[in-house]
Amino acid sequence: MKNNRYTYLGLILLLGFGVVVFSSCERDFSEDVEFATFPVNPDIFTDAPVGLTDEFFQSFDPATGANTEGFGTDDNVAFEGSSSIRIDVPAPDDPDGSFIGGIFLDRGEGRNLTGFDALTFYAKGSTTATIGEVGFGTDFEEDEFAVIAQNISLSTDWRKVIIPIPDPSKLIQERGMFFFSAGSQSTNGFGYTFWIDELRFEKLGTIAQPSPAIFSGQDLSSPAVNGIEFTITGLTQTFNLATGLNQTVFAAPGYFDFTSSDNSVAIVDESGGILVIGAGSTSITAQLANVGASGSLEITSNGVLPKAPLPMELAANVSSIFSNEYTNAVESIFNPPFGGSTTGFQLFPNDDDEVLVYTNNNFTGVVFTNTLDGTDRTTLNIDVYPLDESTAVEVQIRDVGPNQVLETNVFTGLPDGDDADRRFLVDGLTPGQWTSVEIPLDGDLAAQKNNLGALILAGGPNFIFDNIYFFTE
Amino acid sequence: MKYIQMKTIQSMALKCLMVISLGLISGCETDETQTVATLTNLVLSEEFDTDGAPNSDVWSFDIGTGVDGWGNQELQYYTDRLDNVRVENGVLLITAREESFEGSSYTSARLITQDKFEQQYGRFEARIRLPFGQGIWPAFWLLGADIDENPWPGAGEIDIMEYRGQEPSILVGSVHGPGYFGGDAISKEYTLENDRFDTGFHVFGIEWGPNFINFYVDDVLYNQITPEDVDEETDGEGVWVFNKPFFILVNVAVGGTFVGPPNAETQFPQTMIVDYVRVYEN
Repeated sequence: MKNNRYTYLGLILLLGFGVVVFSSCERDFSEDVEFATFPVNPDIFTDAPVGLTDEFFQSFDPATGANTEGFGTDDNVAFEGSSSIRIDVPAPDDPDGSFIGGIFLDRGEGRNLTGFDALTFYAKGSTTATIGEVGFGTDFEEDEFAVIAQNISLSTDWRKVIIPIPDPSKLIQERGMFFFSAGSQSTNGFGYTFWIDELRFEKLGTIAQPSPAIFSGQDLSSPAVNGIEFTITGLTQTFNLATGLNQTVFAAPGYFDFTSSDNSVAIVDESGGILVIGAGSTSITAQLANVGASGSLEITSNGVLPKAPLPMELAANVSSIFSNEYTNAVESIFNPPFGGSTTGFQLFPNDDDEVLVYTNNNFTGVVFTNTLDGTDRTTLNIDVYPLDESTAVEVQIRDVGPNQVLETNVFTGLPDGDDADRRFLVDGLTPGQWTSVEIPLDGDLAAQKNNLGALILAGGPNFIFDNIYFFTE
Repeated sequence: MKYIQMKTIQSMALKCLMVISLGLISGCETDETQTVATLTNLVLSEEFDTDGAPNSDVWSFDIGTGVDGWGNQELQYYTDRLDNVRVENGVLLITAREESFEGSSYTSARLITQDKFEQQYGRFEARIRLPFGQGIWPAFWLLGADIDENPWPGAGEIDIMEYRGQEPSILVGSVHGPGYFGGDAISKEYTLENDRFDTGFHVFGIEWGPNFINFYVDDVLYNQITPEDVDEETDGEGVWVFNKPFFILVNVAVGGTFVGPPNAETQFPQTMIVDYVRVYEN
């Protein structure tokens, strides 16, 4: 993106050089060329909007529930001067929309904010409440340098809010002057009003002690195979303010420089996307304005993922859950929203033979959208590719009983109600190859397998599945 | 550095004199009784140029937790380990760490010049970059050299620099003596506008003579304390105890009554960086 931007700037400049353009367009800029600089106007709203687009407030899409009616100015309330911004936060059942939010855009090509270190404003609420998100850098286009601070506490008196700029040197041409999003989550669903005044960028001089983070500061690790993608999440910058408080903001990837310690194992792009391309280990880290970020991802790649073995059972003897070789007997949800699950899941193409990749699994499941009558089936086949030497995942084949509801005791994890299961620990597999694991439908399932409803997967934590099917031996 | 500084101070004095001669006393920070120290005789110049432990000819250490956390319920255990105090690359580093040590949860260091360097009057100054964070309490201060015979607060205390890590732009300068000590010390805060003390070096100093102590941050004279101030603040009960020799202390405390304990957001280790400690005779 950066290159595109400079090309664009260059065009504007070159147009001004007339004939010289044609004789030198193949070359770099001469030393005499000065890049255009954009206005440094700090003010966004004082008693009126300053240098903003005619719309002033550009709402989020009403189709997403955004309320476009609650925004205006108020000539009866001001921290300074005669007017302030007034925002009426709707109740969830408001027919005009259940939350309010949007952006203010600079009316020109953008402003140069490199001389400032924070967005500041005064705010007060009709009641004590919490504004969900406030920030800048969102322009509804690229949002390249978006910044969001969450949970801004409102007082019923004016209070100054300080949103630090993660790295001002990046903001040579920024159009996204302000961003907010507010709902009534903090007021038990009651609407309220808040006012904003003296909204501007400032050079406070007291924004200090930067402490950037990726992955929310956690040092993560994950095995992988070629082609698997990860995204760097939890991107934050934290500054210590003059008040002694640490203010954390979520910062767009554009503020960070990402590094893969071994580019033959994985590469990382400027938006924080990671692609695994080779066998070995690499550490993904980041810097923000030359300060090392806490948090990292250690990727250990097994290299090319081989194809799973070709199933040999006759289709007539198979009730398939997931396999390219058989028609599904029932559709399934592969990453169900189990509370407390830490599992990362990818439906990975693997060159047209799709596989299920599970990482960091504590518990998840393959939940059938309808029950399956397994009365005539004797065995469950799963092809397993362990991502670690120590991979050990317990497969719990669950019959959900006549009521067809998945019922699990939240204390013991055992089947509850009319459910029954058969548990089988898959471990001791040889790394780097597929193993077909066959689990007999015996034990508690011997007498109850006509309402098969799910495969619960516990532990692992890192493994790949393919060719999941019940069959008759 | 010192000559530039002297010139600045002298020129300030000149300006004051010129203003006074025009009869516009209100234009000057201090009144006509101010005596500006003459900074010609540098008698202590600790520049911290030799790596390792600080110069033992000048500095000793307070070790342990004192009585009741050095009288302030401070939480650190003071050591003389290089982990907590060392000279490196031309600066003195005093580092507060979060670690279990001899029953305390934090370690740090306190350097003192008692019995090694003690002086009455003059300019005492140090160039320091301060640490930050809730519960961090660095100080550059003086105690009356007769403290062993004349217990605190009788011996007197001059706090050239105290600072709360949770208020990174605010410095506190104080004197303590009989009738004005602890929470009732005679004290003034100085706020560094649009800046903070933990992002760069600043010079903290006093100019001290018979019956006055002037407090400086960089080139700014922000307070003067005289026996008249002590009388006023204590309704005549307080005693001026600053016409005798004092010694120097430099330390980083953790927790204690002045700052409160660190919290989850306080980052450790925290290091105070001292570029120099200098003393001039009047």
